[in-house]
Amino acid sequence: MQSVTRIHSRTAVLVDENIDTDRIIPARFLTTTERSGLGKYAFQDWRYRQDGGDNPDFPLNKPEARGCNILVAGRNFGCGSSREHAPWALLDYGIQAVLCSEIADIFRGNALKNGLLAIVLDEAEHRWLLSNPGTELSIDVREQVIELPDGGRIHFRLEPFARHCLLNGVDQLGFLLQQAEAITQYEQQQEKAA
Amino acid sequence: MSARTLFEKIWDSHVVAPETTDTPAVIYIDLHLVHEVTSPQAFSELRERGLKLRRPDRTLATLDHSTPTLPALPNGERPYANAEAKAQVAQLETNCREFGVKLYGWDSSDRGIVHVIGPELGATQPGMTIVCGDSHTSTHGAFGALAFGIGTTEVGHVMATQCLLQRKPKTFAIHVDGKLPRGVGAKDLILHIIGEIGVDGGTGHVLEYRGAAIEALSIEERMTVCNMSIEAGARAGLIAPDETTFAWLKGRPNAPQGAAWDAAVQRWRNLHSDADATYDREVRIDAGQIRPTVTYGTHPGMAIAMDKPVPAARNAQEQRALDYMQGKPNQPMQGTAVDVVFIGSCTNSRLSDLREAASVLRGRHVANGVRMLVVPGSEAVRRDAEREGLHEVFLAAGAEWRIPGCSMCIAMNGDLAQPGQLVVSTSNRNFEGRQGRGARTVLASPATAAASAIAGAIADPREYLQEVAA
Repeated sequence: MQSVTRIHSRTAVLVDENIDTDRIIPARFLTTTERSGLGKYAFQDWRYRQDGGDNPDFPLNKPEARGCNILVAGRNFGCGSSREHAPWALLDYGIQAVLCSEIADIFRGNALKNGLLAIVLDEAEHRWLLSNPGTELSIDVREQVIELPDGGRIHFRLEPFARHCLLNGVDQLGFLLQQAEAITQYEQQQEKAA
Repeated sequence: MSARTLFEKIWDSHVVAPETTDTPAVIYIDLHLVHEVTSPQAFSELRERGLKLRRPDRTLATLDHSTPTLPALPNGERPYANAEAKAQVAQLETNCREFGVKLYGWDSSDRGIVHVIGPELGATQPGMTIVCGDSHTSTHGAFGALAFGIGTTEVGHVMATQCLLQRKPKTFAIHVDGKLPRGVGAKDLILHIIGEIGVDGGTGHVLEYRGAAIEALSIEERMTVCNMSIEAGARAGLIAPDETTFAWLKGRPNAPQGAAWDAAVQRWRNLHSDADATYDREVRIDAGQIRPTVTYGTHPGMAIAMDKPVPAARNAQEQRALDYMQGKPNQPMQGTAVDVVFIGSCTNSRLSDLREAASVLRGRHVANGVRMLVVPGSEAVRRDAEREGLHEVFLAAGAEWRIPGCSMCIAMNGDLAQPGQLVVSTSNRNFEGRQGRGARTVLASPATAAASAIAGAIADPREYLQEVAA
């Protein structure tokens, strides 16, 4: 995993609540055995019309949303399935951070393990960002702070180990592999007890 | 030691290394279930890093999501939706051979939906930690196991180390008092619960279903309830094991046998929340008040008794959902015209579900213009159902009788509904486009689905059950 220390971008906003992983990437694209190249399927049935043309009503298709790397989404983003294809598709589509007042558990874990910042905010801050698309933000992972254009600062908290992995560009498997001795010991105890 | 909940007992006994400020706990996983969709990238990761699969004996794989539910062609070819689906299945076959994982594949008489076969084989047992790259892993909580869905990166973690890094979730007790009325089942109950606590009501929590109405449920009904815990956003959902659980498990191929069985049951009897244990949250539900329940929107929290008027939208989100469903506010869902009926999925594809649907359908016919698909959850369910002649009831009623798989629940194998069609489905998700782009899903029990197929409109199954009784 590449290290993630700071993200600077304007925000794009999807005000909808409960944007589920089927909306982020429909199941028919899950027959892949790869994790790359899924950006073209992100928000497929929302982003494109039935005839394949761009849906002008999809907020991320608007000219002002193009090139935005920070997504502010309505409450309970990423609910539904455990498909890691959802963060893979978002990252490949260009989204590097999702800001929300509540993020579904499995999606949040999956996102952070792939370097997609899944950040939970207070409701008041969230509401403000939802109603102010295009705000230029700078997210500082080390300080756990979002800097606003007017000098305002929003504090957030990442799970400490996930933050450590993001800052250092290391994945969690390395840490787990270092536990080999403790795992073997646990297994031996269990076998004795059984 | 202070009083603990069932969840805390299971958690504590699986801690390999405790949680610290800097690092989550290292939790041991007893059983890892694998399927073709969420595992290929994890196997690739192992291969790239030169790692072995630590415990093939604690790993079990099957084919269910991308598999066709129509039989093989005369030349032996399976009618896959596309070449990619076929390649994905072949990839799991290759991966299982290479890493020594037992695969319940096409040649197995035990193949089926991963959350149906784990319990059937007796691989799912009380007190275990069970994971799978699938959010409906919560199903196995019906046995008093801590079971939850994980992403593909974590699938790789479990393959390599048999462990996961986890922060301890909070606890949430759902007390269900009283008795479910006649003709009201586990599916109505869980839809009602999600309607009450909300689609994100369980986020960050492990649910424990308890109370008289839960204890009265069969194991298959408990699986239906626990299955949909994730639809309330919960990490997992579980039910304390009891005599019902032990009786169901006894003699299954992977369950302990002989003296080991007796010792296991003795251990399992301690798997319940202590009387004075406390939960982070609690809610009480009166089972006696629940009526046949269906969804009316585009997430499972938008659930309501079918004879109650659909509430008007309170915000733009709800309006969008009602517009998508082409619903009429202040009208009940009962009576809404139906195009497709799907009976299947890890929520409702077990023998008791098929019996429930067949009891409504017997001697009746699916309404003109309605397509009905019945997809058993496993080869074992298919065998048992055919032995009882249930397939003949479905076929005589004009329904299609398919071979096991996830089918139209996730609609990635070619079984899907057309844009605008209304599907009454015994599955677990009514998200926009879940059963095909533009398709409208109404979640319901097997009895409601069968009654709706006959009526050609969403119908109360109790009317049909009463006729049978009379």
